[in-house]
Amino acid sequence: MQRNQMHRQIANLRKSLFDQGYLDEQFVQLEELQDNSNPNFVEEVVSLFYRDSARFLYSIDQALEKRPMDFSTLDSLMHHFKSSSTSIGAKKVKTECTHFRSHCNARNAEGCKRTFQQVKKEYTTLKKKLETYFQMSRQAGPIEVECRPRVLSPFQYLISRISYLALSFLNT
Amino acid sequence: MNLGGGNNKQQQSMMASSSGASWKSGGGGGGGDGGGGVPDQFPAGLRVLVVDDDPTCLMILEKMLRNCNYEVTKCNRAEVALSHLRENKNGFDVVISDVHMPDMDGFKLLEHIGLEMDLPVIMMSADDSKNVVMKGVTHGACDYLIKPVRIEALRNIWQHVVRKKKHEWKEVEPSPSADEQKPPEEPDYSSSANEGHNWKNTKRRKDEDDDADDRDDSSSLKKPRVVWSVELHQQFVAAVNQLGIDKAVPKKILELMNVPGLTRENVASHLQKYRLYLRRLSGSQHPGGMNTGFMGGPDAGFGSMSSLNGLDLQALAASGQLGQLPPQSLATLQAAALGRSNNSKSPISVPVLDQRNIFSFENPKSRYTEVQGQSQHLTNSGSSKHMNLLPGIPTNMEPKQFASLHQSGQHSFGNVNNQVLIPMGGQSQRQPVISNEMLTRGGVVDMGSSVYSPVVSQSSPLVDFSVNQKTDSVGSNYHLAGNLGIPNLTGTSSTLQGDRSLDTKVSRRGIVPSYDIFSDLNQNGSRDWSLQDVGLTFDPSQQHTMQGGLDGLSPVMLQHNRPSNREMVGQNRNLASNNKVIFSTHNGSNVGQQRNSYVGDNSLRVKTEINNDGSSHNTLYSEQYGQDDLLAAILKQQQQEGVGQSDNDFGFDSYALDDLPA
Repeated sequence: MQRNQMHRQIANLRKSLFDQGYLDEQFVQLEELQDNSNPNFVEEVVSLFYRDSARFLYSIDQALEKRPMDFSTLDSLMHHFKSSSTSIGAKKVKTECTHFRSHCNARNAEGCKRTFQQVKKEYTTLKKKLETYFQMSRQAGPIEVECRPRVLSPFQYLISRISYLALSFLNT
Repeated sequence: MNLGGGNNKQQQSMMASSSGASWKSGGGGGGGDGGGGVPDQFPAGLRVLVVDDDPTCLMILEKMLRNCNYEVTKCNRAEVALSHLRENKNGFDVVISDVHMPDMDGFKLLEHIGLEMDLPVIMMSADDSKNVVMKGVTHGACDYLIKPVRIEALRNIWQHVVRKKKHEWKEVEPSPSADEQKPPEEPDYSSSANEGHNWKNTKRRKDEDDDADDRDDSSSLKKPRVVWSVELHQQFVAAVNQLGIDKAVPKKILELMNVPGLTRENVASHLQKYRLYLRRLSGSQHPGGMNTGFMGGPDAGFGSMSSLNGLDLQALAASGQLGQLPPQSLATLQAAALGRSNNSKSPISVPVLDQRNIFSFENPKSRYTEVQGQSQHLTNSGSSKHMNLLPGIPTNMEPKQFASLHQSGQHSFGNVNNQVLIPMGGQSQRQPVISNEMLTRGGVVDMGSSVYSPVVSQSSPLVDFSVNQKTDSVGSNYHLAGNLGIPNLTGTSSTLQGDRSLDTKVSRRGIVPSYDIFSDLNQNGSRDWSLQDVGLTFDPSQQHTMQGGLDGLSPVMLQHNRPSNREMVGQNRNLASNNKVIFSTHNGSNVGQQRNSYVGDNSLRVKTEINNDGSSHNTLYSEQYGQDDLLAAILKQQQQEGVGQSDNDFGFDSYALDDLPA
């Protein structure tokens, strides 16, 4: 039961991430890539993203301190950062990046700085949520994501249900 | 993978060669299924090379491609990718590359690959703006994907491989089977997925028809992929020029070239590419441009031209594919570039790749005339130095040439160090230093930092023509950051000073990369862009042919245009962005305008300068012209031309292109 509950919680968390606009379709693409040969693919990609993109944020921070502000460099850095973010489906982050770039094009230094704060905020928020999500997923053990039901033969299904019930009885 | 018919075989071999091990014919290439020789398990096993500097994207792409059952190799740097491709000529079927990469522009990589390996390349970027996508198309990308890339988009990339093979196959047999050439329409095949089938059916049909084809000597044999080395390309260009671009037919070219093992089909496909390249160059700039001489008029804006030339030369040099550029040419280029300006304007690194491209095309064909600024010795002395400077570029520059380049004292350009190495047969002293400057202006430059070794060719895709900041005296070394595609630019400064004419000519050429140079030039007021003209030093006599013939050359962008105003320059600039060697005959446009934008990014453009006095040489056609000729042409030009126009930013005024020998 706990397990079941956990799975439900995870599923809800996941759903909320989508509903609240933190994640978009691209994330689903990543999930679909995950399979037995790469059981933690999504988590690996997200971790890689956060590791790699940190340097862009740092560079942008640095560039924002410079006077006069070098908008083309900022734009180029943000372009890279944004494309990374879109590749993992970080929707809100991407939106803020777009705002940033439009300020950049308008050479609006204040706007840039403001939106960059937003970018960082969304970035960090998403990071926390995803960390929670992945942690829960790991704890809950391999689960079948609700959106990807495994297809079992009737016999297999029966066996799996029986063992699941047996385990839940044991756990409770 | 031998199918029965000769055609099939040929096709198969084409496919086989490129596909290497992976789909070697499922059962003889499924001979029965249409002769396409596409194995049954195709597209599984398609060998994909992915290049992207973003590790997140790279990881995702790799996984997606693996899920499509493709064989994936990933690189995060363009250089690495190119070396993969070079080491393993037939090791990949398709390349997917990002547009924005730190070490090399994706478009440059695209051009390099197109030139050297002729693989289908798919670009991708988060940037979906129309002009970037357009750029991808014009540079020859097979497709353009917008990030984030979905797996569905990747599933279909095999169609590009098939399509390319089909075109290659068609290219190979142009004339003999001209009537059969057009595959019979298959009304029921409508989708691209069926293209493969269509193609296979066509081939099968042709196969049956062409059994007795007279060209079977080549087609029936399994031919390994021909690599167009620099020398080969030079020979090709020479042959084309000799015949006249309009009259150049593969058979005759083949005869002229007299290269054992080369087939008419190889020549035909190469010619087609060459024509496309030329067309692109000329079309983008000015429709009439091609015909006019390369030597720029008195326009001062040589800087740009020279820079472009240098770039182009570099690019040519860089394109290792063609083999080695004559050292001299490179040397001259470098010299020119370096000689021109000692102050490096801005190290604009023109991707060496461009140079390679250019050289690949240009070298074999044309003897790059070294534009040797004022002093011949420049190249001599400088060359050796410079050569080493260019990283990874095997510089075959002859020392003397190089030295002359260096010494040509192109101070006139002041700070522009362009490495315009115009591989010249070895003389040319008066290569316009301008070119150097121009090159630098064009943003190519890395002033004086390294000498572009003309010989770039194989070794490093990126010919880093950083112009060593040679001292003023050296001037001739242009450092085209990145590409000195201009084989013929010999940036000898010495000549520059004296020759306005060259300068002007060069400037006209709208050397794109030389924007910066131009600005410098303008400031310096020295318009000795003799080098500029040199960008492509062509023999005046040969000009005509070259111009005509170059149209088709896609990789080498020959821009023959005589822009009489800024627009041309702008156009050149756009063209310049092409990675391929861009030979631009930039007339009269104000390079200055372009300056800003074009930095190194653009492929080297060899600017063909149109000589006003009729003895202009198309620098672009430098490839076609012997170095000596080019040099001579430039020199002549310089002498003949009056002081250019320094009034304009770069003194680009429309050249009187009329002089150019048509």
